[in-house]
Amino acid sequence: MKKTQLAEKTAMRDVFGETLLNLSLEDEKVYALDGDLANSTKVDTVASHNPEKFLQMGIAEQNMMSVAAGLATTGLQPWATTFAAFLSKRAIDQIQVQIAQPNLNVKMVGAYSGLLTGLTGKTHQALEDIAIFRTLANMVVLAPADSVEVKKMMEAAHRYNGPVYMRLARDPYPVIFGDDYQFEIGKAVLLREGTDVTIISTGTQTSRSLEAADQLEWEGVSVSVVHMPTIKPLDKQAIIEAAEKTGAIVTTEEHSIYGGLGSAVAEVLVEEKPVPMLRVGVKDRNSESGPNEEMLEKYEISSRYIVKAAKEVLKKK
Amino acid sequence: MKISFTEEKLDNLFKNAAEARRLIIETVHHANAGHIGGPMSAVDVLVNLYFSEMNIDPEHPLAENRDRFVLSKGHSAIGLYSVLALRGYFPVEELKTFDALNSRLQAHPDMNALPGLDMSTGSLGMGISAAVGMALGAKLQNKDFRTYCMIGDGESQEGQVWEAADVASKYKLDNLVAILDYNKLQQFGWDGKGESRETPVIDPEKRWESFGWHVISIDGHNPAEITAAFSTARELSGKPTIIIANTIKGKGVSFMENAYLWHSRVPTDAELKLAVQELKVEEMR
Repeated sequence: MKKTQLAEKTAMRDVFGETLLNLSLEDEKVYALDGDLANSTKVDTVASHNPEKFLQMGIAEQNMMSVAAGLATTGLQPWATTFAAFLSKRAIDQIQVQIAQPNLNVKMVGAYSGLLTGLTGKTHQALEDIAIFRTLANMVVLAPADSVEVKKMMEAAHRYNGPVYMRLARDPYPVIFGDDYQFEIGKAVLLREGTDVTIISTGTQTSRSLEAADQLEWEGVSVSVVHMPTIKPLDKQAIIEAAEKTGAIVTTEEHSIYGGLGSAVAEVLVEEKPVPMLRVGVKDRNSESGPNEEMLEKYEISSRYIVKAAKEVLKKK
Repeated sequence: MKISFTEEKLDNLFKNAAEARRLIIETVHHANAGHIGGPMSAVDVLVNLYFSEMNIDPEHPLAENRDRFVLSKGHSAIGLYSVLALRGYFPVEELKTFDALNSRLQAHPDMNALPGLDMSTGSLGMGISAAVGMALGAKLQNKDFRTYCMIGDGESQEGQVWEAADVASKYKLDNLVAILDYNKLQQFGWDGKGESRETPVIDPEKRWESFGWHVISIDGHNPAEITAAFSTARELSGKPTIIIANTIKGKGVSFMENAYLWHSRVPTDAELKLAVQELKVEEMR
């Protein structure tokens, strides 16, 4: 049995800061916009090493996003960063009217996405950002699984001419991908092949899905793991193939079960290839502040819950 | 302050404004929808921008170094469209497509639909921030185009306007000129009784000054004062400028002036006829 070997953990936000610094040094058009959270999001790396490319917009997210739109019309490529909660909820009208509808080349990075936001609680968590951004026409929605993918994704977003939203996690995650990893917008990544059930995961849930797959294999269940780094545009073909091959799907995301990856996958399955499916995500409830491991258990998104869902979905086959 | 304009130029500005007012009313009548009061108060400034102040070329609406204009009070779109048509951006005849399916003249400005619109607006408070981004983009890239943005007084109740005011001042955007269309009326009214005569924004001069802007107050229907204010703004450095244009909502047609019901009312055939007659007299000035 192949046991997934994960390298040591690194923080997405550190790699985000370094990669944006490099992009800002290589491309005169790239600017970093901060909503006064630079030392949390790590965009302070740009402020320290390439201050001319760092624009402090203050604690005013709506203005920051509209300014980003204005900058983009002059030919620049602004990267606007704040917590995912504020980007996706406080400034979404600005993003829709002035970035998504005009299809402007603005990159939006939502730091501290999901449930685990360093004991900051429900005001600072973003469990709806995928759902919200995915409804905007022209929007690309990305959720990396590790720091290697953060870098590759940012490079792809930099080459892509149009609005991109990327959600990042606060805390360190195991490195899944090697340096030779090739990221392509809109393509799923088959991390593990099995025959009984497919786990489709995005963002931080991918490393938890690999843990769950190890446990399931040990219990005799043959598991596929498909990592879905792009939620929009969605790799429909990969979902259909997974359904055809294993006949049962579990989705998982550090996000509400409503409107995110699980909903997106369900939409494809219902229309193209209905098979039994279960979603692992945060259910219809408000969360709170608390230590990571306890939060994952209470809100039922730890690898244990992925294992449980896989066993349940098998019974529906 | 040196002002270089001739009587002939002033006459032209008057005539174009009267013509634009006629187009606004005819278009709203034809489309059976749209706003009248706000476009009528804004139109003298809009004419001045496109016929006098801005460095633009209707043949090259996307020229890299053109001056930019953002209509932050996007519901006055028909005022802007009328002026753009008169300036030669598109045929005047096309105004008849306003609000129709597949039209380039959307109810609120869509920058991707019509070349010459520098930003999409409609949801209030956002345009001024985008104009800040344009002016900042010019500074960062050492480009010498200027950015102009018209905001409404009702719109000034949006908090984002003041976020933008703060950041424009912080980055010393002296290549940015905002114009407040200070017509002192909004849709239903600040007092909430539907017959408000209270101004939607109190003491705009003091407010903008305290945010670190140059403030110039003028009669927003007087072409000489508008031209002079834009000239003064060009000479001011180190800060953005706001021109408080004191205007009359519905200006140019007696029964539409200062009447909040004309914010977005469609004229009847008889009202259209009366209005056009009044505007002909205006044009003769």
